[in-house]
Amino acid sequence: MGAGGGTSSYTDLHRTDVVILWGSNARETHPIFFHHLLKALHSGARLYAVDPRRTSSARWADVWLGLDVGTDIALANAVGREIIAAGLVNQEFVDQATSGFDEYRAAVEPYTLERAERITGVPRDAIRSLAHAYAGAKSAQLCWTLGITEHHNAVDNVLALINLALLTGHVGRPGSGMNPLRGQNNVQGGGDMGALPNKLPGFQDVEDDELRAKFERAWDCTIPPKNGWHLTQMFEAMERRDLRGLYVIGENPAQSEADADHTNRMLQGLDHLIVQDIFLTKTAELADVVLPAAAGWAEAEGTVTSSERRVQRVRKALDPPGEARDDVDILCELAKRFGHDWGQPAAEEIWDELRGLSPMHGGMSYARLEALGGIQWPCPDEDHPGSTYLHGRLWKRPIEGRVAPFSVVEDVPPADGLTDEYPVRLTTGRRLDSYNTGVQSGGFASPIRRPETLDICEADGRRWGIADGERVRVQSRRSAIEMTVRYVDNLRPGLTFTTFHFPDEVETNKLTNPAWDQRSGTAEFKAAAIRIEKLEAAVGVGG
Amino acid sequence: MIDVTVDGEVVQVPEGATLLDACRTKGVDTPTLCYLETLTPVNACRVCVVELEGSRTLVPSCSRAAQPGDVVQTDSPRVRHSRKLVLELLASSVDLSLASGDVRRWVDRYEVDTARFGPAAAPAAADERDGRDSGHHHASDGATAETVAQPIKIHDEMYVRDYSKCILCYKCVEACGDDAQNTFAIAVAGRGFDARISTEFDRKLDQSACVYCGNCIGVCPTGALVFKSEHDLREAGTWDEAKQTMTRTVCPYCGVGCNLELHVQDNEIVKVTSPMDHSVTHGHLCIKGRFGWQFVQNRGSE
Repeated sequence: MGAGGGTSSYTDLHRTDVVILWGSNARETHPIFFHHLLKALHSGARLYAVDPRRTSSARWADVWLGLDVGTDIALANAVGREIIAAGLVNQEFVDQATSGFDEYRAAVEPYTLERAERITGVPRDAIRSLAHAYAGAKSAQLCWTLGITEHHNAVDNVLALINLALLTGHVGRPGSGMNPLRGQNNVQGGGDMGALPNKLPGFQDVEDDELRAKFERAWDCTIPPKNGWHLTQMFEAMERRDLRGLYVIGENPAQSEADADHTNRMLQGLDHLIVQDIFLTKTAELADVVLPAAAGWAEAEGTVTSSERRVQRVRKALDPPGEARDDVDILCELAKRFGHDWGQPAAEEIWDELRGLSPMHGGMSYARLEALGGIQWPCPDEDHPGSTYLHGRLWKRPIEGRVAPFSVVEDVPPADGLTDEYPVRLTTGRRLDSYNTGVQSGGFASPIRRPETLDICEADGRRWGIADGERVRVQSRRSAIEMTVRYVDNLRPGLTFTTFHFPDEVETNKLTNPAWDQRSGTAEFKAAAIRIEKLEAAVGVGG
Repeated sequence: MIDVTVDGEVVQVPEGATLLDACRTKGVDTPTLCYLETLTPVNACRVCVVELEGSRTLVPSCSRAAQPGDVVQTDSPRVRHSRKLVLELLASSVDLSLASGDVRRWVDRYEVDTARFGPAAAPAAADERDGRDSGHHHASDGATAETVAQPIKIHDEMYVRDYSKCILCYKCVEACGDDAQNTFAIAVAGRGFDARISTEFDRKLDQSACVYCGNCIGVCPTGALVFKSEHDLREAGTWDEAKQTMTRTVCPYCGVGCNLELHVQDNEIVKVTSPMDHSVTHGHLCIKGRFGWQFVQNRGSE
């Protein structure tokens, strides 16, 4: 649908009838979003949680759909088929605002409840219940996180969910929408600002000659007319030796990327590696040059954008330590060395330049961001209040702009398949008090933090002869690591879980699969195939 | 809109407003302890009471819905007497030294005699009050004022619990419960003077349901719940609010976009709060937002 962002506002949840959390453990990963969801539940909304694990979010759900990892499309297509079969399609919306319905209907026809139950492991009654609740609701929210997008077919997963919103008309209205919850405080803002290989600021296409010319005029330079590489393509280019130098700002790929052994070989093989970060990360340790940076949220001025498209100010409260400098200072100083004097622009000057080039941010002056507590894009001019929801145009009659297309997507199992040799599924996620590779969250002494474990269900432990607390060897097709097993009560047999919060102790990403989606560049962090071996005997168990 | 007469003057408030809203619309400084805009009123403290024409008893203004034609007195002898007594009972039994400036102002305005019930009785031994059974309270000899004093509880680096400063306003219970966090780790246990905030079966905090969001600290009006960072500076005698700045920014963790207020003293963050009036947080945060800031200042020495 063009600009990528959640279509609703958090406060929209307060007046919604049905919420589906699909591949999201928001209770732990987005706790304050979950507060808004709880307000909805207290007002009588029903919650459906779709997750392989019975997470702390799923415990709040009316119905938990514990699907097998990577079977989301089979489930979504079955939900779509059931909505059609039960006559619950919002036909007026489908006729007026969408295209491709007949092809979609034909494509989902084979996804009967029975077949979906076989593929996903979710009882057919639960699938039917979700379909009827979602389609029958006056307003409904469909929210997802990395459980949808950290797969080799991430984009297809998202399209499968969008199909459901189009079938039911649960988009473009107050209370109804689709919301990808962003995992980091400025993932959304990075996209807004054009930190994507195919976009200029404001989601304007690099390959659109007219748009590119606008930026070239403003910046007095020539912009390469072709899309760049995303992260995963960069690693492939490193492998081919087409990419020899890398400049990493605020990212720790040596520990955050799937198949860490391979990632580190690639980084070490570069001719030149520059890392700009607030920490000396494992990636920075590999660098030829490290540029110490100020912390963007507490030591510098600027803006970030949240999951509800709200652009908000970050402000300088502290002086950065030692020689650490504001990212803008570093970039301008580099530009000067390259022969371009950008001066020493204040954050607000840079922002105002952006407002002149990105129509969706046009009305967001610093003064208005301050006065209104942030503004949700699009906000084209200074009289515009910002947009609490997107795609309202689909409800105009006749609709404004293009109709929204259905997408035909098919169930494809995870790339890292289960076999006799690797019979156990490992999925990854976050815990409440920790965050990504732990460089931030490792700084505080959380009383609820435990040493990292390989979580398994007790039934598997007994079947495999592995005790709670036992050290084991975990082998994937990439690598092997030692881990401590912990029995938990939220996993089904055959499914194991861990995090990558403590890479110095447990190198989880040595196990994960770098198979990635060709369109999003996201790796299959959620679906590794492993086997678990007892340390003393080194005999394979599991399956 | 509804017409309400406050101290002889007609004010207009929207349908559904409370008498407290009416008082505030008129600009009357009305004391509150257990009331907070973001929480459901629990009517625990009774310090906001007003005289409502036609009502036999004083009514708590924070929860009483305004009705058309209501006539309210906020400074009658009866109201002043009641507020004074509430504050005297609290001040005699609870350490109000870290309560907000508002509380100290009300103590002055209502001429509260904090020593009225005699010198304070000896504090309880550590954790002794937490184990008392309901109905086993023994009245004191009358020569000393009973208190809730007991040694401060310090169990981790996140926050400290000083029950000597607890007025049982229920705000922490509400914030931990269905008004915000929905974790339900704490409630009021015991009855009468032995009532106190407790985890389930008085379990240690790190073995309770507590998830250390600190939303209880965010709403505590008396300093019974204080960040460890603040407590340590106070103990060292270096806590100095005059030297502190407060800067609003956005949390560096997930993508929800929670607003943080960084309280900074001598270029160090000393505590983090969140604005009550913001649509994203309503003042509430999670463990990472409220406590996860140390990493910015741990890196200078590396």
